[in-house]
Amino acid sequence: MRAPVSWLRDWVALPPEVAVDDLADRFIGLGLNVERIESIGAGWTGPVVVGRVLECTREKHKNGKHISYCRVDVGAHNDESGSRGIVCGAPNVAEGQLVVVALPGALLPGDFAIAARKTYGHISDGMICATDELGIGVDHTGILVLPETLDGRAPTLGEDVTPWLVTPDQVLDIDVTPDMSYCLSIRGLAREAATAYGVAFTDPAALATPASTDAGVGVRLDSDACPLFVAVSVTGLDPSAPSPSWMRQRLELAGMRSISLAVDVTNYVMLETGQPLHAYDADRLTGGIVVRRAVSGETLTTLDGQMRTLDPEDLLITDASGPIGLAGVMGGATTELSASTINIVLEGAHFEAPVISRAMRRHKLPSEASKRFERGVDPDAAYAACHRAADLLVELGGAVKLAAETVAGAVPRMPGQTIDGSLPATILGLSVERERVVQILRSVGVRVEVEEATLTLQPPTWRNDLVDPYDYVEEVGRKIGFDRIPSVVPTAPVGRGLTRFQRLRRAANAAVSSQGLVELITLPFVNDTDLDRMGLPADDPRRRVVRLANPLADTSPYLRTSLLPGLFAAVVRNTSRGNDDLALYEMGSVFLAGEPKAAPSPSVTRRPSDADLAAIAAALPDQPRFLAAVACGSWRRPGWQGAGVPADWTIMVAAADAAAEAMGVRLERRAAEVAPWHPGRCAELVVNGHVVGFSGEVHPTVCQAFGLPPRTSAMELDLDQLLSAAPESGVLMPLSTRPVAKEDVALIVDEAMPASEVRAALVEGAGDLLESIALFDIYRGSQIGEGKKSLAFSFRFRAHDRTLTDADTAAARDAAVAVAAARCGAIQRA
Amino acid sequence: MSGPNTNYDPVQVAALDEHQVDAMVADALSAIEAAGTTAELKQARLDHAGDRSPLALANRELGALPPEARKIAGQRMGRARGRVADAIKVREADLSASELEAALRAERVDMTLPVEPHPQGAVHPVTALMDAMNDVFVAMGWEVAEGPELEAEWLNFDALNIAPDHPSRGTTDTLFVDPVENAMVMRTHTSPVQIRALLERELPVYVVCPGRTYRADEYDPTHLPVFHQIEGLCVDKGITLAHLRGTLDHFAKSMFGDVETRLRPHYFPFTEPSAEMDLQCFVCKGASVGNPERPCRTCKSEGWIEWGGCGVVNPRVLAAVGIDPDVYSGFAFGMGVERTLMFRNGAEDMREMVEGDIRFSRTLLGGAR
Repeated sequence: MRAPVSWLRDWVALPPEVAVDDLADRFIGLGLNVERIESIGAGWTGPVVVGRVLECTREKHKNGKHISYCRVDVGAHNDESGSRGIVCGAPNVAEGQLVVVALPGALLPGDFAIAARKTYGHISDGMICATDELGIGVDHTGILVLPETLDGRAPTLGEDVTPWLVTPDQVLDIDVTPDMSYCLSIRGLAREAATAYGVAFTDPAALATPASTDAGVGVRLDSDACPLFVAVSVTGLDPSAPSPSWMRQRLELAGMRSISLAVDVTNYVMLETGQPLHAYDADRLTGGIVVRRAVSGETLTTLDGQMRTLDPEDLLITDASGPIGLAGVMGGATTELSASTINIVLEGAHFEAPVISRAMRRHKLPSEASKRFERGVDPDAAYAACHRAADLLVELGGAVKLAAETVAGAVPRMPGQTIDGSLPATILGLSVERERVVQILRSVGVRVEVEEATLTLQPPTWRNDLVDPYDYVEEVGRKIGFDRIPSVVPTAPVGRGLTRFQRLRRAANAAVSSQGLVELITLPFVNDTDLDRMGLPADDPRRRVVRLANPLADTSPYLRTSLLPGLFAAVVRNTSRGNDDLALYEMGSVFLAGEPKAAPSPSVTRRPSDADLAAIAAALPDQPRFLAAVACGSWRRPGWQGAGVPADWTIMVAAADAAAEAMGVRLERRAAEVAPWHPGRCAELVVNGHVVGFSGEVHPTVCQAFGLPPRTSAMELDLDQLLSAAPESGVLMPLSTRPVAKEDVALIVDEAMPASEVRAALVEGAGDLLESIALFDIYRGSQIGEGKKSLAFSFRFRAHDRTLTDADTAAARDAAVAVAAARCGAIQRA
Repeated sequence: MSGPNTNYDPVQVAALDEHQVDAMVADALSAIEAAGTTAELKQARLDHAGDRSPLALANRELGALPPEARKIAGQRMGRARGRVADAIKVREADLSASELEAALRAERVDMTLPVEPHPQGAVHPVTALMDAMNDVFVAMGWEVAEGPELEAEWLNFDALNIAPDHPSRGTTDTLFVDPVENAMVMRTHTSPVQIRALLERELPVYVVCPGRTYRADEYDPTHLPVFHQIEGLCVDKGITLAHLRGTLDHFAKSMFGDVETRLRPHYFPFTEPSAEMDLQCFVCKGASVGNPERPCRTCKSEGWIEWGGCGVVNPRVLAAVGIDPDVYSGFAFGMGVERTLMFRNGAEDMREMVEGDIRFSRTLLGGAR
């Protein structure tokens, strides 16, 4: 809501010394968020004069733009040809218009200096101005066209336009929250200002709504969605009467355009009272008015010339000819005011907010009227607003107001409430006497009856936000000021800290980053191309995606089932920016679609049943947290410390191990063949027999498809599964102080034999004396034959109770080798 | 060599003569002094304190002396040999210290060489900041509650008193799971976690709810369609707006130092009364307001920074989870993590937080300092 301060001052007796900054601060304290204060005055210097467009030639230029080359008569400022040539880009410029011309030498707001310049093949010797260029409005849809007479006087061409355009004023641009719909009007804001300063308020909509009468235009209400419809008629309007400059300026400052006196008056009264009005050309109405729901298939051509197919939920204003307006949203073309309209029926009606809200969305027709109806309008203002508008048409347009008027229906009653007088103090945490509560609520128009501690409350008709007890608490809090609320830290019961899972997740994150990997956050959306590039077969579970109904981009309509596509995209972005050596990771949810089920929406008046909660849980897809990483380029570049180290699969295995070990879990690795991995360089990561992830080199085809560097490696882990395998606690082993005994063996096995299996066999065979075992060499060569490899392991043996003899360690070693021989076909090298 | 020489007059053994012994000692000391290396010193020890050194040879003659003379000469010899041995020890210590010093000097390396055992890893600044925020509340005894990002509409909207016709429930604001009739959305705030906490936990409840949220929003320098929030919820007996204020003050001071907060009345369906919470600019402390000489980049010279929304939990929300609003009351608040990171650590463009350029995560060296 843009509120000119002069307009507020018409209705609230603010002392002249109240500065606009102070007013804005008070408004902010009341919950009216003043986003900007604009000062309106002649924000220009130099010659800005009245001109008349003599000729106007439209031209289309190569860049697709339409411009008009105009000859404009600016009186004494004309050149020797008797006018000036000006290029104008506005669509509404036309011959004969009275316009505002900024001549060379003028300086417009924003240090915009006007000079003669060559443009579009013409010399443009000035500028025809729009309101925003002059800093007196926000309209940039076209140039400002002046009326032929201004407040009864015709301008002289070339005369200084300043007195014609501006009365100095200030505008508060306020972001009105949905609960304060009454402040979408000068009336509501003036009332707030009056209570803030404790000064008198005059109600522009003070006229009470009388009992229903059908003396005027016939009106029948066939829908509960319209409880009140007021129709006031005026006749004999002078269709050529212009809107006075003060009205036009206020409309412009409020962000609306001046159109014609009758339209301007309805808009002006809407801004002033908050009650949207509609004006019908009385001579174009056929028969009486009926308010009803639309019938399926019905159509209406609205004021904007659009033919709209109506929905049975739409609320219509109709006459004998059919629909003549979409209630509260937009009028119809057939009864629109024209340049010759002399008889007018003014509609001031009340409509149910949700009905208007839905119609507005359905037809995508947000307007100043529907915006107000959507949030709620004071139903008791409809009658007063009709009369205020009629009176203005009488005063400014020579019309006559007919005594015969129609009031169909009645002002709906507002729901009352009872509260304990101490509730505001209890909730605000501030001592507030009951008398103060009563006084505040009465000052905003609430009728309060006090019976001991209980307050019986009846809100005024403009306060549809005052329903629940806490609504009244808020009202009291606002009026006292939130800055008065004390600051008290509540004492929470003793907490248990982070949960085990939260601690382990943090530990895993810290472990992976301290390994040298960089955490990223990527957007979790994928598409079919991503899944295809991953090489996923048709039955791969990662193809069971959740689709969004309205994705951010139609090109990525699914939620991710793997973190890898997002990381692959990040690799490409990084390499394109010259970051070639990469080790990235991300921790985040993936979304695995199950059987589609609807989530119930139980009542909100009580706790949902366990069955409803179970149904919600069952409908939601699995959303496990994953950890994934990708590496490419160099892990360490060749340098003074020696040869380089590539960022290969070993780095990724180490990262997975680091994450798992941070949670107290050891990962086993088994060879696996699965997309998107290199079939010979992929391990499944196993905990307690469950596969929790994969690690290895990315398949070259996948690398190529995503544009990844060759030999990019990756890993992906289901963190939730890993967490559930994490031990609750561990046992600390006593340390033996006996000497260690070391033994080495070299075992020849088939090339295909996994080292992990040989190691496992050795561990099992070595028995309890084994302290640790390490693979320290792999040898291939003619000495051991084709297709074979030699794995060299070192053992460390130690006992708790004695110093081991050579015979002890030899026996343990031989037992280990025997198991490896039996299970893996290992032959000990001599 | 065999036993002592007994062939000459025992009183007149020349080698044990005082002058002779002094001369031997003097020779020895000068040789020790002259030794410039431990190797030379080793030779001097051999020459002057070894088995065949003049002092050693002379010592052998002691046995030839009569007892009285032997005692005197013996003492003299003992002193002489002691002096030589001491000199050797001192010289040895000197020499080995200077030789070690020289050796170490020779081993000098350039300790400023770049050392990189592995690349520089980093936690994403959003993660780090969120952890830091959680820690403030955990220290107050609060717990950290989490929930799914893909959420039932009932939990994301209805239970929070956001009516079916509310504009935020439209497709222009909210990402819906297909088909829309199944009533599931990408959560638009972490408030559904608050509802879950109230449904699942014993009262009183003091939780923060950090996590990822989604809006069908623009993607520009100050808006991300996918971002993180941290929300807080307290439901207990006797909770007031003053407790909200106290909690936010403490949170603000923990994150930004000694700053004030300001509550401005606002509107949210799930809180009543509702407020926007402003943070006094922690950089200029308001000194930049109306002072073009000292403009402040952090608050754009407004003195206050909008940090989040908050309010007293609407009793309708409590009713929806089966809590009696006549017994319990509560407060809730929420702020954007990326937005906080933006003004706290001076990020210029929010999009950099999700573009995945490793340089972004590395800029803070892994911490949300």
